[in-house]
Amino acid sequence: VRRSLLTVDRALWWGPGLAIVLVLALGPVLFTDFYLSQVLTKALWLGIAAASLIFLAGYVGMVSLGQVALYGIAGFTMGNLVQADGGSTVAWNPWLGALVGVLVATGFGLFFGAIASRSYGIYFLMITLAFAVITFYFFGQVTQLSGFGGVNNIDRPDIVSNPVTDPANLFYIALVVSAAVYLFIRYLGRTPLGLALQGVRDDPSRMRALGYNVPLLRMLAFGLGALIAAFAGILSVWWNTRISPGSIDLARTIDVLIIAVIGGLYRLEGAWVGALVFAVLDNWTRGLELVGERFNTVIGAIFLAIVLVSPGGLMGIWSAVTGAVARTLGRARPAEILEPVPLTEEAPPTTETPQVPR
Amino acid sequence: VSVQPIAAAELGWRARLGILSPAALATRALVALVIGFVLAWVGYKASGDPRVFIVVGLNGLTLAGLYFVVASGFTLIFGLMRVVNMAHGSLFMLAGFFAFELQEKLSGGGAASFFGTSEASVGDWLIPLAVASVGVAAMGLLMQQVFLRWNQGQDLRQALITIAISIIIADQALAHFGGIAEEIAPPDVFPDSVELKVYGLTYPFFRIFVLLVAIAVGLGLWAMIMRTRFGMIVRAGVDDRQMVSALGINIQLVFAGAFFLGAMLAGLGGVLGGTMISVDKGNDTQYLLISLIVVIIGGMGSLGGAAIGAVALGLVDSFGDVYLPEGYTNYSVLLVFGLLVLVLAVRPLGLFGRPA
Repeated sequence: VRRSLLTVDRALWWGPGLAIVLVLALGPVLFTDFYLSQVLTKALWLGIAAASLIFLAGYVGMVSLGQVALYGIAGFTMGNLVQADGGSTVAWNPWLGALVGVLVATGFGLFFGAIASRSYGIYFLMITLAFAVITFYFFGQVTQLSGFGGVNNIDRPDIVSNPVTDPANLFYIALVVSAAVYLFIRYLGRTPLGLALQGVRDDPSRMRALGYNVPLLRMLAFGLGALIAAFAGILSVWWNTRISPGSIDLARTIDVLIIAVIGGLYRLEGAWVGALVFAVLDNWTRGLELVGERFNTVIGAIFLAIVLVSPGGLMGIWSAVTGAVARTLGRARPAEILEPVPLTEEAPPTTETPQVPR
Repeated sequence: VSVQPIAAAELGWRARLGILSPAALATRALVALVIGFVLAWVGYKASGDPRVFIVVGLNGLTLAGLYFVVASGFTLIFGLMRVVNMAHGSLFMLAGFFAFELQEKLSGGGAASFFGTSEASVGDWLIPLAVASVGVAAMGLLMQQVFLRWNQGQDLRQALITIAISIIIADQALAHFGGIAEEIAPPDVFPDSVELKVYGLTYPFFRIFVLLVAIAVGLGLWAMIMRTRFGMIVRAGVDDRQMVSALGINIQLVFAGAFFLGAMLAGLGGVLGGTMISVDKGNDTQYLLISLIVVIIGGMGSLGGAAIGAVALGLVDSFGDVYLPEGYTNYSVLLVFGLLVLVLAVRPLGLFGRPA
């Protein structure tokens, strides 16, 4: 059955989405350089990091706290390979350094995934958290690669230019990468691999009975998550021009989790929505007299409130609102289930058996 | 003819190896090889200088004692309630700071002196210990009653709630106690060190004391869980919460008691650790990681597993710092990672873990 191309649902979905992308595309014209760099670009790369978590949580049912460690591995690898203060003395081409950083992080993602893929739920969360903290201590201790001072003045490709004085280029790069990551994950959700991953999320034992290698699928998913996180890592280093263990400590790990939860842990769009809210709050509260240095207390309290009030995060609230609008406009819509919301709205039934790489 | 299924546990080890896939067999062989190599390396280093071996080994065991005290609280709470208390390290750190501040007030400051002898009376140490442990336990109980109780069964949400609380605690602790490492003074009746009667070695007395406390805590918890009515209910609750409450037992009261006890163990560990090592702003992350690793190795909810995990981690920590080849000692955290990998490769649920 062919569904009509334009429904109220879709209009409510793509309308605001397109509007946001349009506003963002004009970002450098509409916003000051400071705001563009400190809020929007930051929100874009944080959003990519959160998207890697939401991909794992929403599509595969793996809530990982290792994403920041993985983006740190990408960042540190690049920082050590290109010209920089601190770390190793190698000075590669910045593009090559970025590429190798992404590959190394993906490799570590597959390795971590291989170890953790037979653990589930809260146990998996704890194992990935242990990986994250160990990675943090590793870069803190190993002065040959970083040490607590980190790697500074990391060389960037010419096109990135100076992220402070000339932020437009990096903003557009982050925007394009964000869009690509978003579309890639959406596309992946409809491929046989993506469908198999969602099957693993819903019922691992049934998938195993159907002949799928569940640990392998989960390992691949974790590798894909690492690939996405690695892009965030590279962008964050270009944006910061430096990386230190402080960039991947427990507080940063939790920031990404907060962003995902604020946005809605099971909605892909929520990654960037949450990141934008986070970056705006970050910028705003830091300027407040009252909050001052106690920024983390405010963020923690907001996080607590969101977890307590709406497990679906802001996207959960958005869905509830648009659902009500759609209902009043006369299109029946099933009641929203918040956990877990299938990310692909009604995956089309396939006639062919999904093929899984073995 | 009915065929009875045989559980893997009923098979002998030969038969159990027989049902493994070639990949699983290869993994086990590799793990055995790595363990053999590590033991051989430690043996080789030990034969070079047995004095270092004894001292480093004792360091590892006493560290393990501290780790066990902290992690036993973590595993108790998880085993019964399926709550991963991410604020466990924060409670540890808070207890350390509370005890330090209180001791300063009681002794009029200057009780703790680095490298100096302690001037704290028994009360100057015991009162802060009791107040900080119970205070932190009360905080844990409050957290459980206000935030966790009505979210039972939603383990991810509960973990997120405790993470949020740990962020707030970390930030507030930084604001009130600053970022300087402090030391709690041990009671002055304790000797500084004891003679070991081998090679004329002496060893810090307080570290031995921590090990003894850990053993007492372990035996106490074991006795409580195996021999008392409360422990019986806890064990039943671990297996089937709904059935226990259906039998007319107020499971909420038992949960509250277990959470209080678990948080108190974090607090006790915080004061012991603050006296044995130091109280520092990074303690929350550090001891959360330690609790996580100990229970990942031992298996969630298993007391014996926590003991084995603590000993393994303590020994790896202390030997790693000393026995790694020259120039590579700063890679010691990789050994902790390696330990985790070895266990998870063979037992995804930890050594004594059972599926939830």
